Amino acid sequence: MVTLTIDGKKVTVRKLSTVLDAARKLDIPIPTLCHHSELSPYGGCRLCIVEIKGMARPITACTTPVSDGMEVITTSPYIEKLRKTTLELLLSDHPNDCMVCERAGDCTLQELAYFYGIRENRFEGERRFYTRKDNNPFIEREMEKCILCGQCVRICDEIQGVGAIDFAHRGFKTRICPPYEKDLNCEFCGQCVAVCPTGALTGKMWAHKGRQKDIKEIETVCPYCGCGCSLTLHVRRNEVIRVSSREDTINEGWLCAKGRFGYGFINHPDRLTKPLIRIVPKNSQKSSARGGRSQKTLNSQLSTLNSQLFREVSWDEALVYVAKRLREIKDRYGPDSIGGLSSAKCTNEENYLFQKFMRAVIGTNNVDHCVRYCHSSTLAGLATVFGSGAMTNSIPEIGNHDVIFVIGSNTTETHPIIGLRIKKAVRGGAELIVADPRRIDLVRFAGIWLQHRPGTDVALLKSMMHVIVKEDLTDKKFIEEWTEGFESFKEGLNEYTPDMGEKITGVPKEYIIRAAILYGNAVRPGIYYTMGITQHTHGTENVFAIAKLALMTGNIGRESTGVNPLRGQNNVQGASDMGCFPDFYPGYQKVNIPNIKQKFEKAWGVRLSDKIGLTAPEMAEAALKGNLKAMYIMGENPVLSDPDINRTIEALKRLDFLAVQDIFMTETAELADVVLPAACFAEKDGTFTNTERRVQRVRKAVEPPGEAKEDSWIIIELANRLGYKMKHAFIEEVFQEAGKVWPAIEGITYGRIAKMGLQWPCPTLDHPGTPYLFKGGFPRGKAVFSTTRYRPSEELPDNEYPFLLSTGRQLFQYHTGSMTRKIDAINKISPEAYIEIHPDDAKQFGINDGKIIKVSSRRGSINIKALISDRPAKGMVFIPFHFKEAAANVLTGTALDPIAKIPELKVCAVKIEVVVLTVS
Amino acid sequence: MEEALEGILTNYRKNEGNIITILQDIENTFGYIPEEAVNWFSKKLDIPASRFYSIATFYAQFHLKPRGKNIITVCRGTACHVKGSERLINTLRKKFNLPDEEDTTYNREFTVEKVACVGTCSMAPVAIINKKVCGKMTADKLTREIKKLEGKKTGDNNEG
Ligand code: SF4
Ligand code: SF4
Ligand code: SF4
Ligand code: FES
Ligand code: FES
Repeated sequence: MVTLTIDGKKVTVRKLSTVLDAARKLDIPIPTLCHHSELSPYGGCRLCIVEIKGMARPITACTTPVSDGMEVITTSPYIEKLRKTTLELLLSDHPNDCMVCERAGDCTLQELAYFYGIRENRFEGERRFYTRKDNNPFIEREMEKCILCGQCVRICDEIQGVGAIDFAHRGFKTRICPPYEKDLNCEFCGQCVAVCPTGALTGKMWAHKGRQKDIKEIETVCPYCGCGCSLTLHVRRNEVIRVSSREDTINEGWLCAKGRFGYGFINHPDRLTKPLIRIVPKNSQKSSARGGRSQKTLNSQLSTLNSQLFREVSWDEALVYVAKRLREIKDRYGPDSIGGLSSAKCTNEENYLFQKFMRAVIGTNNVDHCVRYCHSSTLAGLATVFGSGAMTNSIPEIGNHDVIFVIGSNTTETHPIIGLRIKKAVRGGAELIVADPRRIDLVRFAGIWLQHRPGTDVALLKSMMHVIVKEDLTDKKFIEEWTEGFESFKEGLNEYTPDMGEKITGVPKEYIIRAAILYGNAVRPGIYYTMGITQHTHGTENVFAIAKLALMTGNIGRESTGVNPLRGQNNVQGASDMGCFPDFYPGYQKVNIPNIKQKFEKAWGVRLSDKIGLTAPEMAEAALKGNLKAMYIMGENPVLSDPDINRTIEALKRLDFLAVQDIFMTETAELADVVLPAACFAEKDGTFTNTERRVQRVRKAVEPPGEAKEDSWIIIELANRLGYKMKHAFIEEVFQEAGKVWPAIEGITYGRIAKMGLQWPCPTLDHPGTPYLFKGGFPRGKAVFSTTRYRPSEELPDNEYPFLLSTGRQLFQYHTGSMTRKIDAINKISPEAYIEIHPDDAKQFGINDGKIIKVSSRRGSINIKALISDRPAKGMVFIPFHFKEAAANVLTGTALDPIAKIPELKVCAVKIEVVVLTVS
Repeated sequence: MEEALEGILTNYRKNEGNIITILQDIENTFGYIPEEAVNWFSKKLDIPASRFYSIATFYAQFHLKPRGKNIITVCRGTACHVKGSERLINTLRKKFNLPDEEDTTYNREFTVEKVACVGTCSMAPVAIINKKVCGKMTADKLTREIKKLEGKKTGDNNEG
């Protein structure tokens, strides 16, 4: 520690601090323009100059390290004069455009000019002019306003790891630009926009929407992925006009393109505004959700399509009708003839109410949600081994891993902010191992890349475990104390030699050995995985294998040490926690254990069913067979997200009654008998739980469009009409009720999470929340090593279908696109579906970049544009699943994991043909 | 192109080079820094293309556009300026029909460049024609020199 005096006040700070840090600690203001606390010091603007006793000239506080006994003066007439001169020079070639500048009122330069009273300039100089090159849809670059502070350059390089821009030229010509002064072509995270102290960089969609006057700022949580970033919505006249993020939150102020620029769907003209009842029979031609219409025409025709298929009705009519149909079907075929799909996009409160509605009002356990398609194998796997299926560590702990093992997760695209944390950890010295069949972006940061064949994860992991046993890197004490069955499990590893591993996975054995030793020796390693692991017929086994790797090395239950499934949607964790499962009540409590059932019967005041309900794919199956008669779907779009589209559509059409509640007319809603317009995340209060179990507050910022209503209101109204009294004066009561039946969240109140969320378990009001799980043991006692064997995927390439197709997400789009594809800016960057194919394969088939090719599997075929890329390995192709015109899930199989019932979306066999386009 | 780039890469690996040496090799091979070359190296070495561009634009030795077979450099130092170097430049640009922002003729025969004082102020105004320093330049003299070079075009030419 070092002690120094600043303006006569003593302060003690850490050794490598700068004078600026010390002054900030004392809350002494020093003007800065190029400094950012998260970035390397730059010392370019010279506004932060201070006088230090014993030094001849003033020096910059942001770059000067403190030393003992230093005496600093931060302000004096002399210094202020210098600062003013510096500012005048900066302004000498500045277009004083404040009147119409997007940043006015939020511009550091303007603010400083105001404080220093600069009205006229002594240095009126030559102005710089730039030709604007900005066709990109997100970021406006008015480089005449750039003061060359370089914050954008540093953030893009140091935090985002992209390096899309840099200084170019020198002297008066110096400028910040992308290579060859082209337009930006980058991740469009907008981090540079967030740090720019002037109006040089702004959001395109901010233009002319309002600046600082009459703006309400509302703190809420991002509606896209499971990172759960904090968003500040800037609202003017009931419209969200800008999104920013505070620095003191889990995401440290960083966002991705979706969070920062993807808010256009809120005010989109296509939002549903009135309840609709079907007027055309479902099997008529008009109602088909597919059929080659492009997104554009579909959008523009929607209103007419609506009026052809549906008529607008009052809420009363709609609710009475839904209640009547549900009651009829229940009376006639029993409660188990009705199924419900809840939504990972909705709040905890709404998910709680939804499952309560299905269980207490309808009387069935047929309730599920999209977790089935992404992480049910995690639950089945991790919950079996550890007794809980959530991320065991928290996001801030990522920074302290010494080894990070990412398997089957394209983290920078699916969980961009966790991706940033991983990159930051790597910069801080952590070793990164990436196992992925594709050359994903993280590979650039990895020390070791294991490019295993899709579907061979178990073999890869076992082979690593083999090496760990052989090298004697197991944690014997941990195994002894916390696990059982290791000895026989160890036997089973014998056959998985690195040679065998290489044979099955295609990864050179030296790599397997190196990765195993690195992980085995690590002190604080973390494993991260997503759908690359779970979406297989052996998804659960993959998860088991990961769990065992952590167990045998004792790498779980400590800070920055654990196993971390990254949850896809914003509230998929919460929807799971709230019991939107056919076999669990809220808090993963089994529906078929009598005393648990009794507890819920008492809490809800009705008799409940102890029959485990149907999973989402089983519901489709049952509907096809005619056993399921009605469905109530809240905020999900199974037509696009489920495997084998044609089958899903067929199943939904077979239903006697389908009610869909959503914010847009989705492909699923088009098949509904009743469509109920819902409020989106910005239009309601509640909570989301992010992937690290953090319960965060969602706040209402704007009124819903037209007559759209909060999902909770709709569920409560329906329940009441079906004769079950649900009454909640305010939404927090629902959360409190959930806390009563699931003690792990009982200690969380809206008041406590007003600023920062809390991580469950948090059982009491004074409990600080739990950043990492399993400190001192597993809730279900010892973890069991059971033996699993590598089993190839259900469908592997053969002569007829020689390619391995894998599906997944990409950065700019989200899930089935019902939100992101409504946003013009995002569509511009990511307009259409494509299939990634290796250059060698492309050559062999004579496929050029951009050519339309036909991809077929045993289930169907689609036409899609080829994107030649070295990301997939040879023999492998990849299609993102967001695009309905070329829906990847036409091709995928419906083979299910026997334990978790998760479909195999990651691996199926396809063939490829060049299409000869005939012009008619 | 790929082959030449591979060669530069090998050289870089062998001699533990840096971005500047790569750029120098590229400049020497192609006579300028083609965008594709930068992108190729950026990908191979995982160094952002913006970094290459930054350095390439910082040093005057690198050129971003292909240059002509003949290079005429006119001095714009104070002495030469006073003696009318600007007029020489204008004459040349007009003669070659150069649009703004372009320094090289369409057929890549000539490039007109400007430079600050070359240190032979006594001979101002100075032009350097294919490395040959010519003093006391006039528009007429320049035109004659260019004629000569144009004449060469069809004859033997191995000027770099
Ligand atoms: S960047 Fe700041 S100082 Fe410049 S015109 Fe905009 S508001 Fe005014
Ligand atoms: S938007 Fe993000 S990736 Fe693009 S230049 Fe800015 S910081 Fe870099
Ligand atoms: S664009 Fe903004 S952040 Fe970047 S150097 Fe210029 S003023 Fe600074
Ligand atoms: S803030 Fe210190 S020099 Fe810019
Ligand atoms: S000014 Fe031209 S040579 Fe010196």
